[in-house]
Amino acid sequence: MSDLLAARSQMAMSLGFHIIFAMVGIGMPLLMVMAERRWQRTGDRVYLELAHRWGKGTAILFAVGAVSGTVLSFELGLLWPTFMEHAGPIIGMPFSLEGFAFFTEAVFLGVYLYGWERISRRAHLAAGWAVAVSGMLSALFVVIANAWMNAPTGFRWVDGRAVDIDPIAAMMTAAAPTQVVHMILAAYASTGLVVAGIHAGGLLRQPRNGFHRRALAVALLVGAPAAVLQPLVGDQSARFVARSQPVKLAALEAHFPTQRGAPLHIGGWPDEAAGETRWAIEIPYGLSLLAFEDPHAEVKGLLDFPRGDWPPVAIVHLAFQVMVALGSFMALVSLVALWQMWRRRDLTRHRWLLRALVLTAPMGFICTEAGWVVTEVGRQPWIIQGVMRTAQAVTPMPGLVVPFLVFTALYVGLGLVVAWLLYQQVARSPKVAEEDAA
Amino acid sequence: MAGAILAALTAYVLLGGADFGGGVWDLLAFGPRKRQQRALIAEAIGPIWEANHVWLIIVVVLLFTCFPSVFARLAITLHIPLALMLIGIVLRGSAFSFRSHYGPGHGEETGPGARTSAHWGRVFASASVGTPVLLGICAGAVAAGALRAPGASGSGGFVATFVAPWLTPFGLSVGLLTLVLFAFLAAVYLTVEARDPALREDFRRRALVAAGVVFLVAFGALGLSLREVPPVGRGLTTGPGAVALHVSTGAAALAAIAALWWRRFRLARLAAAAQVTLIVWGWALAQYPYLVPPDLTIRDAAAPRITLVLILWALVAGGLVLFPSLVYLLRVFKREHAGP
Repeated sequence: MSDLLAARSQMAMSLGFHIIFAMVGIGMPLLMVMAERRWQRTGDRVYLELAHRWGKGTAILFAVGAVSGTVLSFELGLLWPTFMEHAGPIIGMPFSLEGFAFFTEAVFLGVYLYGWERISRRAHLAAGWAVAVSGMLSALFVVIANAWMNAPTGFRWVDGRAVDIDPIAAMMTAAAPTQVVHMILAAYASTGLVVAGIHAGGLLRQPRNGFHRRALAVALLVGAPAAVLQPLVGDQSARFVARSQPVKLAALEAHFPTQRGAPLHIGGWPDEAAGETRWAIEIPYGLSLLAFEDPHAEVKGLLDFPRGDWPPVAIVHLAFQVMVALGSFMALVSLVALWQMWRRRDLTRHRWLLRALVLTAPMGFICTEAGWVVTEVGRQPWIIQGVMRTAQAVTPMPGLVVPFLVFTALYVGLGLVVAWLLYQQVARSPKVAEEDAA
Repeated sequence: MAGAILAALTAYVLLGGADFGGGVWDLLAFGPRKRQQRALIAEAIGPIWEANHVWLIIVVVLLFTCFPSVFARLAITLHIPLALMLIGIVLRGSAFSFRSHYGPGHGEETGPGARTSAHWGRVFASASVGTPVLLGICAGAVAAGALRAPGASGSGGFVATFVAPWLTPFGLSVGLLTLVLFAFLAAVYLTVEARDPALREDFRRRALVAAGVVFLVAFGALGLSLREVPPVGRGLTTGPGAVALHVSTGAAALAAIAALWWRRFRLARLAAAAQVTLIVWGWALAQYPYLVPPDLTIRDAAAPRITLVLILWALVAGGLVLFPSLVYLLRVFKREHAGP
């Protein structure tokens, strides 16, 4: 394994690991706050129990998220020192702001989790809101930094160095709005729907369990709307990419020839050597329509760009298809669930919907990982689009396969332990009969 | 900005360092009150350790934003000890969290739950010992001026560039000093935290022992610096303000020991914190104006002015959010301790 590939793999693995916990750290606080609000409004103690239990799970996941985030901030330097040396002064601001947001979240999460007995109800709920808001802000700042990598701005690149640096302009990169909203919705959709799926599973086994029923309702209120909005925002994101990173769009659509009235490829296998995509279902004019709102618009194909500037097409295309397929399914299930809730139907009777929710549970996270593959691998060979190549940014230290394997083993071990602990936590969910819940 | 980094580093040492030190005492816990000692440590660290993390992240972020070439240099040459330190931080954080999940108060004092809890406790404690040593090794390497630009000295080789600069007797002595300092801090803090007089006595004894070891190791490190890396040794002993700094550090140390002896624990905590702060600042002063001797000074390595100004504003704004939050957190959880 080459050093560059080892470095890229380590970074990808660290990011892929961290994002799961980060998303939970964004979504769970909202769920906890909603459960707590319901308890305060209705006096129904089951909601209090819910907030407590959700808090316990969140504590572990937040801790792992925090340490994996620390690792990432170091790995930015350990693996990509040349990138940081040049980009640090330009894009360091959002990282600093993210640090403060994270700090605030950690402080108030400590208050929330351990301060139930020590502060007033209002203060406690306010602390919960503080956690939810700062979690969201963290996501905002970090994604701004990534957006800048895709659409760099706020500097001029002269003789291999950045001059006329303007950190504020850098933060206002045009890629930020779509990327930020897409990610934040992903966090709420994924967290909400995985919790919904877990409790839906509980209801399938114990249909009269009031604990699971209430949990499902709260989780769906967070996850389902987000999942429904997500494809719309994703569409906006893709439109932006079509204009700002045409190579990336061509790769994720496995689109090789530049053409007007370009078809949309569903599925299909891109053959880079031959420069064509096989076995795809083609929807005529689909791509031009989606990307440019004009069925006869010209869409640039990969063949129009030098081969050295192509990302790995198959990976990017496959990841994109996975994301869209699962994301659509999530949106569909969410629509049905929301419709049933709107009609005040008792969800515990709709076993097919419950089964669908169980199936949907992991999809948000799979979609998110796939989406990040699309955007990060799709940006290759650039680390800063059009400015710096990934190969130029990597550390000169050799033998990078060693830290890659060590950290991977560490994270796999951690992941197993966390999964085990969470499983135990869920298995101990209380059995609350409907009649008791008053 | 360099001052801000120093401040953040100091905060990390004073607060996060105590967390690590707590882990040391957890590992070394012995005697009839072993379990209560561990419980006290867990209770003291519990709500705040994750927040303490942030100081380290602030140091890293400020470095790469304001002094990017320094960040790059450190990240390249100190890759190995930094990576090892990271592993320690990950293990420590997760182990603590997992153990709390099983720990006292969750009804699992015996049986498989307790064994697992004990296992994670050992992981937590071991990582708490290893990480401060690595932190100190990195500091020592910076101070020793051993971190040159890779490839600058013509010949290289993996060991010469990526191992030799930090794996030195001087570096190891600084690592050991860091460990003992953290343990000392933790023991002193715990005397204030403890509510049970017997526990308080336990930690008082440990703090006094640690203070003695600190003296020994500090002089050892100083001696090694004079022998191995004369510029550092000279900077520490004859640089600007060095004498004043040594006198005040010594005074703080003596004050801490005296306060411990006469059981004035809050005063001891203040004095110990002052002593450690002065040691950190002494190091910084000894190598001023270099951030990475021998060739990266504060001025040379600084990012463009606009970045520095904006970060300064961000720090101010962040501080306005951060400090009240931290005060609130401490007030919520330390309210009960109204001891002498």
